[in-house]
Amino acid sequence: MTAPKLRLATVWLGGCSGCHMSLLDLDEWLIELAARVELVFSPIADTKRFPESVDLALVEGAIANEEHLALITLVRRRSRVLLSLGDCAVTGNVTALRNPLGTAASILQQIYVDHGDPRGHVPTGSAIVPALLDRVLPVHAVVPVDCFLPGCPPPAPRIRAVLEALLAGEPPPATPEMIRFG
Amino acid sequence: MAAKTLTIDGTLVSAREGESILEAAREAGITIPTLCHLDGLSEVGACRLCLVELTGSRRLQPACLTPVAEGMEVRTSTERLREHRRAIVELLFAERGHVCAVCVASGACELQDLAARLGVTHVRYDYLAPACTVDISHPRFGIDHHRCVLCTRCVRACDEVEGVHTWDVAGRGTAARVITDLHVPWGQATSCTSCGKCLHACPTGAIFQRGSSVAELKRDPGVIALVVAARKERW
Repeated sequence: MTAPKLRLATVWLGGCSGCHMSLLDLDEWLIELAARVELVFSPIADTKRFPESVDLALVEGAIANEEHLALITLVRRRSRVLLSLGDCAVTGNVTALRNPLGTAASILQQIYVDHGDPRGHVPTGSAIVPALLDRVLPVHAVVPVDCFLPGCPPPAPRIRAVLEALLAGEPPPATPEMIRFG
Repeated sequence: MAAKTLTIDGTLVSAREGESILEAAREAGITIPTLCHLDGLSEVGACRLCLVELTGSRRLQPACLTPVAEGMEVRTSTERLREHRRAIVELLFAERGHVCAVCVASGACELQDLAARLGVTHVRYDYLAPACTVDISHPRFGIDHHRCVLCTRCVRACDEVEGVHTWDVAGRGTAARVITDLHVPWGQATSCTSCGKCLHACPTGAIFQRGSSVAELKRDPGVIALVVAARKERW
């Protein structure tokens, strides 16, 4: 009997999707990966609801709005291992560049009104776009994180090294080459 | 000059009297992490990354400022020291706005390298995310205070090597900033000779050449020691 496939999820929060692009950069190794995992949730898959009993969740992006906050809580509850993938998840990075500018209300005012050309107005009343949080946070500031892979984005070979270790049930390599912000 | 014999990480090392533990360790091929140290400049012991353990002393001592002594037993890489060093680097990241992805110095940054070497995969402290200023009033150089770690290498390079002392530090704690002249914009600091030694001395992307973009900064910190050595030979 073959071993059950590892249930893999990838999550896209407040980031540019560059980390997912880097994941796709694994090229033909993805075929090998597909033989060993079942992709149960991902922005590149069709599922809309985060499933139960996920073995490994790769999380790209920072916690920047209410939807991210709700989703990461669910992801943590339903995942055995949570990996912060890339600088936005690990540090807040570019997504958190707005933090020194003040609260969500102040930022919307600055962007849409003060620096708007032509001057706009702060969008209100719509539930289509999730409300911004006052402060962008790295994932581990909200829920416990099991491993971290910095990089903007982390290059594909580093993602592969981490995945190979985790698939083998080992801790990811922690050499200096694996830790590179930016 | 008398020779001193000491042990560093279990290895017997002989050093010249008056040498620092840092120098003795280097000569013995033992690397102690540093940040505020730069060859050619005086030591200030500001960053605390080079803290070492000495047998018989409960206090940790900065290797850069502690002279060697006969029979000294030094440990440079215990788990306690490694944890302190990781905490220091994390606090530096948390204190200002170090965003490697958009920094001129990415790939040529001592803070980024320290994080990698010391195993800092993430920062356990809350980011302060202060709103800092960026001064690009100088025609050739700029300073982004988000990226400054207050190592004072620019201050010492300007004072001790260029002999000008355009740079200094104002304020205290998290409000401390390096300043030019009496806290005027760099472009109006009349004492500045535009020599660029501060640019070469800076360990991060805080002081940069205008016009350089992400990861484009080229810098040669060795130029400071070169100038100092060349002068000694001449005079």
